[in-house]
Amino acid sequence: MEKIIKGKIYCLGDNIDTDQIIPAKHLVYKTNDPEERKLYGRFALSGLPVGHEYPFVEKNENESVYQIIFAGKNFGCGSSREHAPLALKVAGIKIVIAQSYARIFYRNSVDGGFFPPMETLDPISKDHSFKTGDEVLVNLEENFIEKIKTGEKIKLKSLGFIQEIIEAGDLFTYAKKKGLTNEK
Amino acid sequence: METKTHHKMTLIEKILASKSGKKFVRPGDIIWANIDHLMTHDVCGPGTFALFKEKFGEKAKVFDRKKVVVIPDHYIFTQNKHAQRNLQILRDFSKEQNLPYFYDAHSENYKGVCHVALSEEGFCLPGTILLGTDSHTCTAGAYGSFATGVGNTDAAFVLGTGKLWFKVPETLKFVFQGQKPKHVMAKDLILQIIGDLGVDGGTYRSLEVGGPVIKALNMEERMSLCNMAIECGGKNAVIEADEVTLKDIEGKAKSSFQVFESDSDYKYTYKKEYIGEKLESLVARPHSPDNIIPAFKLGHQELTRAYIGSCTGGKLEDFKAAAKILKGQKVKIDTFVVPATTKVAADLEKETFDGRPLLQIFKEAGATIGKPSCAACLGGPEDTFGRANDAQKVISTTNRNFPGRMGSKLAEVFLASPYTVAASSLTGRVTDPREFVN
Repeated sequence: MEKIIKGKIYCLGDNIDTDQIIPAKHLVYKTNDPEERKLYGRFALSGLPVGHEYPFVEKNENESVYQIIFAGKNFGCGSSREHAPLALKVAGIKIVIAQSYARIFYRNSVDGGFFPPMETLDPISKDHSFKTGDEVLVNLEENFIEKIKTGEKIKLKSLGFIQEIIEAGDLFTYAKKKGLTNEK
Repeated sequence: METKTHHKMTLIEKILASKSGKKFVRPGDIIWANIDHLMTHDVCGPGTFALFKEKFGEKAKVFDRKKVVVIPDHYIFTQNKHAQRNLQILRDFSKEQNLPYFYDAHSENYKGVCHVALSEEGFCLPGTILLGTDSHTCTAGAYGSFATGVGNTDAAFVLGTGKLWFKVPETLKFVFQGQKPKHVMAKDLILQIIGDLGVDGGTYRSLEVGGPVIKALNMEERMSLCNMAIECGGKNAVIEADEVTLKDIEGKAKSSFQVFESDSDYKYTYKKEYIGEKLESLVARPHSPDNIIPAFKLGHQELTRAYIGSCTGGKLEDFKAAAKILKGQKVKIDTFVVPATTKVAADLEKETFDGRPLLQIFKEAGATIGKPSCAACLGGPEDTFGRANDAQKVISTTNRNFPGRMGSKLAEVFLASPYTVAASSLTGRVTDPREFVN
């Protein structure tokens, strides 16, 4: 697990549901086919409402120029589709920071080993100056996100029990380590 | 350390304790529980099966073939090549694993919407754990089970091991006292709860719903209620099994089961009571299921389309309700009727209201009838029946009205009960159904 992650952030509001993260018509591509899988990156966050300021992924690209998502409450609500964290991961997302998550998305992110779903320690206040395109640093040793240019910081919650699964890689490697499975 | 006092537990805590081999669990505990049934469908099955093979080996066998249920239902009647390929992946895996509970698309075994099929086929059972790769798996909580949605990874893990970790959820208690008005349906009760909790008020929590109003509901109505627990973030919803439940599962239970009840003196951290007589027909406005308003306050809202279908609102009881209002009338806007399953579709021909089969009532009213599947509830491929491909204003018995949910991002979706949707289809505006029902 990377402890220091640097990159550009993409900012979103509250209640970004899985239909916005990856619309249902795209759920048909094979997740284990290297070529088809790229399409999940291409259409990641393509369900954001009309008029959204910046596209997350440019047309005909499979990867985003952003590596970090910074969102409000209840990120990933709605369906149980694991294609949602997968799409973000394929698009190049290394970490998601949100005020809170819907639980299935949260579980999928952790158990599937896509990225750590970090939560802010306090509700995100309106007067922070983080905006889409800012270069930031996420420090998972000391649990904060920092805007590199200004040094402005927002504290993050520690992960608790699920840190063990994230450190192991995913649910399978975690369970194997603990002697819970006899997988190959 | 065990103490001598008798620990109080909720029904859900009792199920999780029994399935994890513990005498007692409390909210926040991390447990590993044995899974009674795992369901998957055409959207998540292919990914789940691929992951299962990757992790447990090409020759691996599922943990128990009688506990795995495969129900294609999402993208069935589409020309989409990828979707058709995915149906074949389900076929191949089910054959290879010799799965007895595979309800193949385009075959005599085809069912349709998984959550309704799970009930018809006896997989929804008190005191059991049912997992599904679909967030509306919580529907089965209507039978007093712990039922919740999981992703491909969790499902693949269960396929290989038969177990999964859980954090024991805190339980929120909802009691509906008295009697509800006739025109108010279970859909209205859950919209009320979602409106009160907000779309994330139930996150990580279990919703336990009871009281005289709930006791008086039939199983399908109880399913409609539990179905939308996920819309306030709930991990699951549950209704204690009673004689109505036991009668429903008589002769169709696919495994043993046990009826649990919450300890009567359990101290809930959150408890809310509703007075049945004060409940209203509600509508959730775009683009959020918690954006509720009584239907009678939204009478000015013009509509272009009505949709009756899905796991939430495509069951026989939902169509009985709609038929009551549509009989002998003509719809004013495009109205789509999509039975959830093949059984519901067959029942529409058999079941009558005022001497007329329901199907005939819908046809005579001018509605368009679709084939059993999830259809336009979640948009799906462009050629999906009833899909909102442009700026439609749809009133729907389905469960979500997120931007773009039923197809186009320009579409607006209003969620309501089958009564309210049927009444609105006759007027072309949001219409409170009370004058049509009482």
